[in-house]
Amino acid sequence: MSDELKDMVMSRIKKDVMLGTLAKGTRYDGRQLDEFRPISVQKGALKSADGSALACIGGTKVLASVKFDVATPFADRPTEGVLITNSELLPLASPSFEPGPPDENSVEFARIVDRAVRSAECVDLKSLFIKEGKVISLFLDLYVLDHTGNFIDAGTLAASAALSDAKFPKVEGDKIVRGEYVGPLNPRALPISTTLVKIGKTWLVDPTREEEMVQDCRITIATTESHVCAIQKGKGSLTKQELLDNIDIAFKRGSEIRAML
Amino acid sequence: MMASSTSEVRLVIDGKRMDGRGPEDLRQLRIEAGVLHEADGSAFVEWGGNKIICGVYGPRECIPRFLASPYRALVKCRYMMSPFASLEEHSRSGPSRRSTELSKVIREVFENLVIAEKFPNTQIDIYIDVLQADGGTRTASITAAAVALANAGIPMKDMVSAVAVGKADGQLLVDLGKAEDNFGQSDTPVAFASRSKDILLIQMDGMLTRDEMARVLDMAERAEGKIHAVQADSLKRHYEEAGEKKFLM
Repeated sequence: MSDELKDMVMSRIKKDVMLGTLAKGTRYDGRQLDEFRPISVQKGALKSADGSALACIGGTKVLASVKFDVATPFADRPTEGVLITNSELLPLASPSFEPGPPDENSVEFARIVDRAVRSAECVDLKSLFIKEGKVISLFLDLYVLDHTGNFIDAGTLAASAALSDAKFPKVEGDKIVRGEYVGPLNPRALPISTTLVKIGKTWLVDPTREEEMVQDCRITIATTESHVCAIQKGKGSLTKQELLDNIDIAFKRGSEIRAML
Repeated sequence: MMASSTSEVRLVIDGKRMDGRGPEDLRQLRIEAGVLHEADGSAFVEWGGNKIICGVYGPRECIPRFLASPYRALVKCRYMMSPFASLEEHSRSGPSRRSTELSKVIREVFENLVIAEKFPNTQIDIYIDVLQADGGTRTASITAAAVALANAGIPMKDMVSAVAVGKADGQLLVDLGKAEDNFGQSDTPVAFASRSKDILLIQMDGMLTRDEMARVLDMAERAEGKIHAVQADSLKRHYEEAGEKKFLM
């Protein structure tokens, strides 16, 4: 709903400038249509977590933490560990985020990253088995610290970086020995997501908050080196051809960003 | 979620699926429009083992009022899975993270279709309750809600039909049932607008190549022609057959 209100108060001049530059094939911040803002990833940002990373895309900052615990497996998957992804859109990150239980944007965010990590089989959940009725659970927490647009891609990036930073915990009996590890977690794949928005007839990657405000359609495509591992459409509609073209862009941007990890 | 593939389970043998269907065959689909007295529009869908009821209210006063838009009606959607909907144990009632996400993506389908500018300061409520679940409930819900909105007389730019295309046993299969879904390697629910062929919903998990994605979209588009015919027929029958509608039994 805050989107709705912000739409109404967004300066018409700013919107016109944005649409005018898009019509000429560039963006108001000078980027190409298929260009991300500057990206940086800092692994090991926290000492308290078993793996962590801070990912920045432009001014957007997402902190990801990996922490292990012991849990009871799901009844239908008794030999597999449990992966739990949670997200927080912290109120300090944006005037449009409010305190309280996770809203639909927060839930959607966590579930997109979860699907990408799970589908790509980053972590072999079978390797998290301890003994009958006891498995290791992996908590992947995503904290959006600053939101200047496109926290989804920053979140996927932070998640992949935190998983590649994580160490496999030492288990004694059915307890985790805190602070002791048997080696790196070594994720088997590093999913990267690329979010594109359509404004008018133009598609562009990595939207800023202002571009998100005037978007007509949003699509997020997560890829590994060879496969699409998650897709989620936000508002709006697109054609089959637009989707396939965007998948091609996602593969290209994905492999460039993955090389930074 | 179907991350770890259980390849020991054979789901397709000699081109036939466990229930005898070919790769592009739909499960049996029955739609009944106008099954509820009080709602402005409604539909009941039986699709394979899915039993889903959808009721639409509105346009009506927007509550809370400060959310009302002077420019358009708000479209609201609540998708709920009943705690008795699966063969497993009684699940927790109330909204889950899954239902929160599905309510959002289903609402975003209909925001593209409803001509909301006609009804400023109002809201249109789409309530979807899954009474029995057998895989593909989000696509069945969209298919039901489209009929319920039409039944409520709410003007829309287009109709929508939805189906999921999955990958199981190494093959792309249309309209996965529960068992196929559980053992499948990928699942892609897609909703197409019936005339414009715009994609109004797409989600995907599992691993697919770009080439497979293109085939998934083609298969979904073909299937949705068949689903649209059943939707149109349900609406026509509703106005032909007056009187009490029977559903569930």
